[in-house]
Amino acid sequence: MKGPRTFCSSPVIQGLVLLVVVLGYAANAFAQEATTIEDAQWFDTNKIWIFLAVLLYSATVVYCIYHARSGKELFIRRIPGLEAVDEAIGRATEMGRSIMYILGLGGVSNVATIASMNILSQVAQKTADYETPLRVPCNDPIVMNVVREMVRTAYLNEGRPDAYNEENIFFLTESQFAYAAGVDGMMVREEPAAVFLQGSFFAESLILAETGNSIGAIQIAGTDKEHQLPFFIAACDYTLIGEELYAASAYLSREPMLLGSLKGQDYGKVMIFGAIVIGVILELFGITWLTTFFQRVN
Amino acid sequence: MWELIGIWLAALLTLCIFSFLYRDNPFYRFAEHLFVGVSVGYGIVLTVHQGLIPFAWNPLRDAFTQQQWIGLVKIIPICIGALFFARLFPAHGWLIRYPIAILIGVGSGLAIPNVMRADIFEQVLGTLTPFAQIHAGELDPFQIFGAILMLLGVISTLTYFFFSVEHRGVVGGVSKIGIVFLMIGFGSAFGNTVMGRVSLLIQRVDFLLADWLHLI
Repeated sequence: MKGPRTFCSSPVIQGLVLLVVVLGYAANAFAQEATTIEDAQWFDTNKIWIFLAVLLYSATVVYCIYHARSGKELFIRRIPGLEAVDEAIGRATEMGRSIMYILGLGGVSNVATIASMNILSQVAQKTADYETPLRVPCNDPIVMNVVREMVRTAYLNEGRPDAYNEENIFFLTESQFAYAAGVDGMMVREEPAAVFLQGSFFAESLILAETGNSIGAIQIAGTDKEHQLPFFIAACDYTLIGEELYAASAYLSREPMLLGSLKGQDYGKVMIFGAIVIGVILELFGITWLTTFFQRVN
Repeated sequence: MWELIGIWLAALLTLCIFSFLYRDNPFYRFAEHLFVGVSVGYGIVLTVHQGLIPFAWNPLRDAFTQQQWIGLVKIIPICIGALFFARLFPAHGWLIRYPIAILIGVGSGLAIPNVMRADIFEQVLGTLTPFAQIHAGELDPFQIFGAILMLLGVISTLTYFFFSVEHRGVVGGVSKIGIVFLMIGFGSAFGNTVMGRVSLLIQRVDFLLADWLHLI
């Protein structure tokens, strides 16, 4: 083991004086002590391409938002699951029963939970108008606080702060199946006319959807968990598949900023589309630089 | 003795939960409330022992008892976290927005690069790799067919998720193919998961018949 040796300790700590004891055996065994100073790194240069991709994508979204704000109307295709939102709320109002909105098991930073909260905000604006009780059992106490804030704001925006009841948005438990058992019990006892299952769901998805189905509630589900989507498709009236969940808030609110963002996302997909098509053609001709690039990025 | 009590308790609570298959009843309600209550209590103890004590209490205690002053830095996140309690005081309830904003911001910041890498770059690479193998002559005709089918599935499914384009004409046709691919995928996932659930049921029935009733 002669010659210079380099290695990097993990984690790297700035200013750390590391006593390196190098034990080597050559012709004669020897021990050597050395000191070295490590530098902390502000940037992980291995992720520079991801950073640039995020920048490019962000710039596209910002441009589209700017474009949408200039007043030009943006087209958004029909999403049947979201057109049924009014129908579900109207049905609950006519029947004089409540609406149950379930956000799933995701935390507050989970993308699907954020998308779900945006949909909830739109639903809350409508329930505020119709004075339909909106029940939201939460799995996460932080999500509960955010949801309370959003729903309260939605009721305020509709000029109905008096109709807002904070106790309808409550924490149940963080345990997955205890949550499912609790929500199931509430569904059967309260018999809501409409059930929204929007967010991040796991093995409890079918338990919830099946119970909602058994009480005859109109169910609108949506998740980005592909393994749970089959259950929602089987047991619910309408299902938002994957990214349709993210598009929902733009679809419901028709706010230029959100529509612009959606348009930007579509451009992002065009870039992916282009990368795949060009990549396939290049690979078939034996030109591998695009694949090599993606291998290096990963 | 305690093991026997545990088995009886577990078996009776399992039956209480299973009774929901018939209809809502007092046994199910008892088990449901017990389950929810115990899980909340367990969660609180877990949070205190795995969150509050090691990350908040111990650093502050060490700062004052062992002069490890670096531990005082923890006061900043503790104060931010304490803002969640602002909701208890209506006049200062707006303060809760700060920790929420930090949580969402940090969460998104951590998630976005990983999503970009795992859901976009790796997927594109996975789609392209078989075509490099086709060029190298490493795939047999059936594998080549699989690669082309996968490409068709990726492109058509991606087309389905275009929202700002009307799904008519060519786009509509391709997106319909995408729906077919999605449904085939969901069908196989459904079957796979149902098999997993059936094995869970078998495990529970096995517990009831073997460990509890000693019938098998």
